[in-house]
Amino acid sequence: MNRIIAKEQLSADVYKMEIEAPYIAESRKAGQFIILQIDNDFGERIPLTIADASLERKTITIIFQAVGKTTIHLSKLNVGDKITNLLGPLGTPTKISNVGTVVCVGGGIGVAPMHPIAQAYKAAGNRVISIIGARNKDLLIMEKEIKKCSDEVIICTDDGSYGRKDLVTAPLKELCEQGIPSEVVAIGPPIMMKFVSETTRPFNVHTMVSLNTIMVDGTGMCGGCRVTVGNETKFVCVDGPEFDGHKVDFDNMMLRQKSYKNQEDHATHKCRIGLNEGEK
Amino acid sequence: MSHIRTFSELEQEAIKIYNEIKDKDLKPKDRMAIPQMDMPSQDPIIRGKNQQEVALGYTKEQAMVEAARCLQCKSAPCINGCPVSINIPKFLEEAAKGEFQKSVDVIKESSLLPAICGRVCPQESQCMEECTVGKSLKDKMKSVAIGRVERFVADLERETSEVKTPEIKPSTGFKVAVVGSGPAGLTVAADLRKDGHEVEIFEAFHKPGGVMIYGIPEFRLPKAIVEKEIETLKSMGVKFHMNFLVGRTRTIEDLMEKDGFNAVFIGSGAGLPKFMNIPGENLVGVFSANEYLTRSNLMKAYDKERVDTPIYHSKKVAVLGGGNVAMDAARMALRLGAEEVNVIYRRTKNEMPARAEEIEHAEEEGIKFHFLSNPVQILGDETGRVKAIECLKYELGEPDASGRRSPIAIKGSEFVMEMDTIIPALGNASNPLIKQTTEDLITNKWGNITVDENKRTSIKGVYAGGDIVLGAATVILAMGEGRIAAKTISEDLLNNKL
Repeated sequence: MNRIIAKEQLSADVYKMEIEAPYIAESRKAGQFIILQIDNDFGERIPLTIADASLERKTITIIFQAVGKTTIHLSKLNVGDKITNLLGPLGTPTKISNVGTVVCVGGGIGVAPMHPIAQAYKAAGNRVISIIGARNKDLLIMEKEIKKCSDEVIICTDDGSYGRKDLVTAPLKELCEQGIPSEVVAIGPPIMMKFVSETTRPFNVHTMVSLNTIMVDGTGMCGGCRVTVGNETKFVCVDGPEFDGHKVDFDNMMLRQKSYKNQEDHATHKCRIGLNEGEK
Repeated sequence: MSHIRTFSELEQEAIKIYNEIKDKDLKPKDRMAIPQMDMPSQDPIIRGKNQQEVALGYTKEQAMVEAARCLQCKSAPCINGCPVSINIPKFLEEAAKGEFQKSVDVIKESSLLPAICGRVCPQESQCMEECTVGKSLKDKMKSVAIGRVERFVADLERETSEVKTPEIKPSTGFKVAVVGSGPAGLTVAADLRKDGHEVEIFEAFHKPGGVMIYGIPEFRLPKAIVEKEIETLKSMGVKFHMNFLVGRTRTIEDLMEKDGFNAVFIGSGAGLPKFMNIPGENLVGVFSANEYLTRSNLMKAYDKERVDTPIYHSKKVAVLGGGNVAMDAARMALRLGAEEVNVIYRRTKNEMPARAEEIEHAEEEGIKFHFLSNPVQILGDETGRVKAIECLKYELGEPDASGRRSPIAIKGSEFVMEMDTIIPALGNASNPLIKQTTEDLITNKWGNITVDENKRTSIKGVYAGGDIVLGAATVILAMGEGRIAAKTISEDLLNNKL
């Protein structure tokens, strides 16, 4: 179990891995995630969303960005290696129904967890419009897969190197103005999900976001993943990971995400705008 | 603070007394005159900086002298105080004679985990509360130190001889799934395996042991002891599945319908940590005790050089609550380098549910206690991090339904203490996961699984015990529940009731 059977580098630091996990492949539903740990004694437990699964091959697929110590270590594992600990599927599955037109907004690495949700909405008979975005063309992932399960795909890049030179919120606003979305789903960096929620709020379009917070056990025991939703404390691992974006306190969530910022190993972080060099 | 006697002082005292009593036919009066043997412990200043066990354990002479304090009452009230009814006078009698193997064998008739229970049981509210010696001396803390002798004989066996694998009855062909590998699950597994059933344990974490591994710190319960108990279960043929979350990885129905388990025991333990629902609880620097302790115990975040899991760097810590978990979190924060650790509790020291020894150790280590105080809000700085806690003073009112005097807020008594870390240790709500994914499983209004007196749930073939039934309780109560459940499961299986 937990053997890596395929590995692909999707962009500079984004990797895709297919892992043998028969029970998780059988049980998982759209919107769920796993927790993995590479070293049984010294490793950290990190949550990652399940991007895909195959019942025939008894595998799940994860897509991750090598940004922290554990994800960098993970990116160095190869086909045939085993992931020591893999727990899942965790979280409450996405409630999928036929609502009409669903706009799926995926930003950066968030396109990966968006994929099974878009697939499930499509399978439930919805019209699926996907808006996927990245900083530039090289960082855009899973365009082909998203196209397969969408009726329409809008691509945005920050620098205009591919698709529209826009943030994902721009085409979303246009769709809302035309009254198209019955529902919006957004997965990506917290700041993106915050602005997607702010974009749809005036139009009163139900917007679901999928949160990825700090976790230890992922089973409803530690409470590290708690977020404020509509002035109530909720636990991402058991109440989520999906919540009504109009009710999530994103500012608090973003602060909590940085709880250990000071302690995170400087050496593992490669600053893309060259701040690290300045600090040294 | 009284002088803490050194190991050699205590050892010398015990040898002296032992030589005086060893050849004597002791009358009850003589036994009552023997002073209680103090537990040797690490120096508070030194231990505040390490994770090693605080209580060092009795010497051989101390164990024999302490055991000799037992009056061997015919009525044995102490046994009634023990959730698993250990034959306490008998094991003490053997220990007093120096028959330590016989002594531990007596305990093992009733308890699977003596080395653990000797360390973490709240003896003063169980066996020691009933002890005649304590009653005569009008101080339950002066009762025979039953747990310390229990610990000594269990440790001696573990350290000096091969721990015997219990006898396993011929295979019955029945297969039982145990959900959770904490004290309840391990007890059920051991008892059912001895009865000849096949037993498989499913644990969500990557290491077995439940709260004994993730919750109770190394300095109070060395992990090697828990690991040894688990090795014993493995040698008995119990199978362990790690990283397996029943309810998600597979449901209880899957286990019974697809995987051929004849019965399932749910011992999934404590659930979501409780918070106070006061402003500021989601600020950066507020951690549930569950999270704080899991990071430091299971994930070993104290080993900063080697371990990836981070833990918050704290200077001034406030722990909220007065139970064992609160004591563990406070003392862990101290060991992780906090300069000042405070415990805020709304009643007084007398009402604290923590073990007396843990409170005493915390005081020795310099933890500050603020009694009759309760937080009103947690204040943050401009970056969303904790900077202070505001509390209200309380006074004790009339006794409530539970007989405890309930605290009443004193108006206008607000006070603010600067803090950078707040650790609520207020108990747990139940984990909703199994309930959510198991149709027809009846729970009470708090989400705890409803069972009959024999631990049967509302579903045929499904049993439950430990914290998921009791709410947050103790290791020994979970074991007691497990013992009853195992008996019922075995009977139901063998009588073809399933």
